[in-house]
Amino acid sequence: MIKLIGILVVAVGFALRFNTLLVVMAAGIVTGLVAGMSFNEIMGLFGKYFVENRYMTLPVVLMLPVIGLLERHGLRERAEALIRRAQAATAGRVLLLYTAVRQVSIAFGVNIGGHAGMVRPLVAPMAEAAAHARHGELPDETVQVIRAHAAAAENVGNFFGEDTVFAVGAVLLIQGVLAAQGVKASLWMLSLWGIPTAVAAFGVMWWRVRVLDWRIAREVAAQPPREDAR
Amino acid sequence: MKLLNLDTFYAIAGVFLLLVAGRALADRTQPKRWGSALFWGLLAVVFLAGNHLPAVVVGYMVLAMVVLAATKQMGVPLARGVPAGQRAAEAARLKNRIFLPALLIPATAVVGTLGLSKIHVGNLWLLDSANVTVTSVSLGALVALVVALRLTRAAPLTPVDEGSRLLQIVGWALILPQMLAALGGIFSQAGVGAVVADLVARALPTQFPFVAVLAYCAGMALFTMCMGNAFAAFPVITLGIGLPFIVTRHGGNPAIMAAIGMLSGYCGTLMTPMAANFNIVPAMLLDLRDKNTVVKTQLPIGLAILAANIAIMYFCVYRF
Repeated sequence: MIKLIGILVVAVGFALRFNTLLVVMAAGIVTGLVAGMSFNEIMGLFGKYFVENRYMTLPVVLMLPVIGLLERHGLRERAEALIRRAQAATAGRVLLLYTAVRQVSIAFGVNIGGHAGMVRPLVAPMAEAAAHARHGELPDETVQVIRAHAAAAENVGNFFGEDTVFAVGAVLLIQGVLAAQGVKASLWMLSLWGIPTAVAAFGVMWWRVRVLDWRIAREVAAQPPREDAR
Repeated sequence: MKLLNLDTFYAIAGVFLLLVAGRALADRTQPKRWGSALFWGLLAVVFLAGNHLPAVVVGYMVLAMVVLAATKQMGVPLARGVPAGQRAAEAARLKNRIFLPALLIPATAVVGTLGLSKIHVGNLWLLDSANVTVTSVSLGALVALVVALRLTRAAPLTPVDEGSRLLQIVGWALILPQMLAALGGIFSQAGVGAVVADLVARALPTQFPFVAVLAYCAGMALFTMCMGNAFAAFPVITLGIGLPFIVTRHGGNPAIMAAIGMLSGYCGTLMTPMAANFNIVPAMLLDLRDKNTVVKTQLPIGLAILAANIAIMYFCVYRF
């Protein structure tokens, strides 16, 4: 039971809004100490895992210079101009289309997306522009909501397409864990049984983006009327 | 031997991070020049030489970075990007050509995953096939950078300036995913998972087939929320709850259980700030005021998909 103290540290630390890095490190140190490790051993584990997991940070670091350069030369502005011409576009439809593309491509093992590479420079600006073209000036709060949904579209597409069709990564891990217990499961079966959830996830996104489009319309309508110069 | 392996890209990222540290130090508008430069410099060393340093040394470097962040020694440069008018003029000048480099990133990912990772001369491979997702996205970023430089005719150091500005906006949140992965590692070394699985198993009436499914799916989601990572939760919860109750006791199908169990873990990933690379870093990248906005937005989505998973598993796992 005492080993769960790390989870408690995280919960309390997050609730009290301490610096997240500090909370995480404190949780690791406390958990290590109650499990009987020395301070240097714990530092060694932090070092080992920090180095092993550099791949998590790598795409963001390598992506930012080119994204920054393209943004300086009007990438977002151009994406917005393009979407304004599409009559049928709404913020919700743009995001749902992105989720679908993401689910299908990741199912074939191709990782096209990413928050740094696709969502910030293209998907979020396009969704914002679609809402802007339809409703005019958007309240700041609405813009924040649209952007958060763009991040959600990326995550849902990424997570719930991955384990279908041409299984990679996660499915191999599943098979490995089961095999270690003497339970056989074919890769084909594991991938096949990812499909119902992939469909359900797309359905949930469809519902969420409809709610988003309603919410945008409502928030724009509730906005105090502007003094129009014309 | 692999020509383009992770270490190649770590070295390139390391050099860029060193330049960021230099930029932070030289930037008079950066309110916390020394702290920022030290943070990015330490991270650069981890990227450049992480494999060659003793783990304990890296651990203390990480501790130093955490102290810098926690004591607010890092700042955001006040200098903004170029004005909106100039960006609009550039958009009008370059028209749709500006999309070419941006689309090269996914295009390279496709070519890299499906083609380049298979090219080899004897034992000499072009792309590291073990880490093909990360290496082809990284390669895509570099290819896009070269094309973008030619297209925009920008000075070669412009991307460093712009990238450095964006990176300092993301700030210390950049290393949060790595820190949480380390915490997950320590949790599993300390045996936290076994305690959680044991608690759940003892607290619930798992003699009912539906309760077993509910406990497994919800356990995957909850433990993933604690760990920030479904892969870490999967072995613990599957061995602690899934296999003994769903498969052994009630005769469920292990493949169906495991596939949907992992996806239930992903529902947890949507609902936790611990999965920082998916939920917190994007909030920084998108300039969201409340960095938990993405988690809050995903909460109903995660719960709905989790409910669907429980239903799908209950109707299928004991039947096929």
